[in-house]
Amino acid sequence: MFPKPIEKSSRSVQIGYQSMLPVALILWLLPLIAVALFSVKPAADFSTGDYWNLPSQFGGWENYGKVFFESDMPRYLLNSILITVPTAIGAVALSCMAGFALGIYKFKANLWLFFMFVAGNFVPFQILMVPVRDLTLDLGLYNTKTGLVLFHIAFQTGFCTLFMRNFIKGLPFALIEAARVEGVAEWRIFVYVVLPLMKPAIAALMVLIFTFIWNDYFWAVVLTQGAESQPVTAGITSFNAQYRAAYHLMSAGAIVAALPPVAMFFLMQKHFIAGLTLGAVK
Amino acid sequence: MTTTAVPPTSPDQPRRSWYKRNEIGVTPWLFLIPAILFFLVYVIFPIIQSFNISAYQWDGLGEKEYVGLSNYQELWDDPAFYTSLKNNLIWLVLYLLAIPAGLFIALFLNQTVTGIRIYKSLFFFPFVISQVVVGLVFTWFYDPTFGLLNSILGVVGLGPVNVLGDPTYVTYGIIAAGLWPQTAYCMILYLTGLNAVDPEQVEAARLDGAKGWKMLWYVIVPQLKPATFIAFVVTIVGALRSFDLISIMTNGGPFGESRVLSFYMFEVALSEYGFRMGYGAAIAVVLFLIMLCFIAYFLYSMYKEERGH
Repeated sequence: MFPKPIEKSSRSVQIGYQSMLPVALILWLLPLIAVALFSVKPAADFSTGDYWNLPSQFGGWENYGKVFFESDMPRYLLNSILITVPTAIGAVALSCMAGFALGIYKFKANLWLFFMFVAGNFVPFQILMVPVRDLTLDLGLYNTKTGLVLFHIAFQTGFCTLFMRNFIKGLPFALIEAARVEGVAEWRIFVYVVLPLMKPAIAALMVLIFTFIWNDYFWAVVLTQGAESQPVTAGITSFNAQYRAAYHLMSAGAIVAALPPVAMFFLMQKHFIAGLTLGAVK
Repeated sequence: MTTTAVPPTSPDQPRRSWYKRNEIGVTPWLFLIPAILFFLVYVIFPIIQSFNISAYQWDGLGEKEYVGLSNYQELWDDPAFYTSLKNNLIWLVLYLLAIPAGLFIALFLNQTVTGIRIYKSLFFFPFVISQVVVGLVFTWFYDPTFGLLNSILGVVGLGPVNVLGDPTYVTYGIIAAGLWPQTAYCMILYLTGLNAVDPEQVEAARLDGAKGWKMLWYVIVPQLKPATFIAFVVTIVGALRSFDLISIMTNGGPFGESRVLSFYMFEVALSEYGFRMGYGAAIAVVLFLIMLCFIAYFLYSMYKEERGH
């Protein structure tokens, strides 16, 4: 193990390390801690110019109550969910199939198709912006959640296929050969042999895509406007315009907007990190 | 392509359906069709269309007017384009700091004391937060009247610095905000990588007297190569995608000094400055060509890897 395990060091080094950890963490999260503190300060603190003392009283209920009951925030959150969940399901479904095809079968175009998905995954969004916006307008899907979902599914399919194909390549091929010898139809091999083995990959991708799409801002701005279809990342700017200079409310809003992916991460940590670090180890 | 491996059929067997006979050849295409279709319509064709649109003058609604290369000629003389390009370069170079910084934090946290798992997750979680929120958090952090940064600087007798209002600092201020989640990402890649470092090699090197920096550089870092490659890829892509932070923190300002190509393109094509789709597409093409150099390198690396198997 590197660096040298701290247990093998002297007692004082161990204590030093143990006490450095929380200090480092607080420094690392300082900007966020500041916002969390703001979000529970009552409005009165700000009008008296008291920014950095502890809250004079706990204003969290009031602030968060305003965010949930007196703004469009719940609407934006709901939109985000209605955009994120179908995208995650769609992209994972498409890429399970594509990954199966590219991971199991040998045919001439295989590697080229795979590279097409990989390369597409890296392109800057701006090269797609004008045509995709135009296409969405033509389909009558501008400013709808469906328009956003369709694009996200297509774009995320690149990353998901890369992920799935590599995962399936790592499965024991003997299983598929055995099934073929038994005369099992190819689509049944997919459904009954490969799919059950892909569960961890599916879970990892679901969590990752949920986070990526929840946090998307660019496409939300390009393809939607207004509270009826905008997700929370785009909505928070109108929220902030509404509560300009009300820092306690804007902080509470920011925390609410950030929370779902954070919760997802802490609940599904194992899958999340497995997905994110795929390929980081040979 | 559809002729590979026809299952053996004896002549007396009843003739099987076309699909049955070509099953192995046809199935992958059936499985691929939906993904390919989506990807062509929303990713591949739009790239080609953007190249095409960049040769037109177009407001997004009316008639397109063919103007040849004049959009690119205009770019050539556009000072805002050069500001953006310069800032893109600064982003690319400074963003790479996330890789050593991530490695450093990973080394710091790669211990087995009690509660270390919680520390690892908490160090990682800036990456999970959307860039919009990161942008807001840092805007407030930098705020000249009440921001934490200036409060701290005030204590040591410095400041106040209006980071986001000053053309010299603004890009660096935004990059610092971007480095926060990016470093967390690199950290998690390296933590996973360090987990897989071969303990026998480390012990052997220790017996040979290697330690500290030498050990890190000659024994550990080479074993972390796959993690470094991914960290490099995601950091480059992240640097060239920088849009959210700029849009939230400064909206390109002050005086357009914090623009990068991705933001300038959006501004030209879709914001109040008018809907100049053709000009925007030309900027996007330049950005795409820059990215293409990296994509080619990534694919080449992956190709070598694939051949190796």
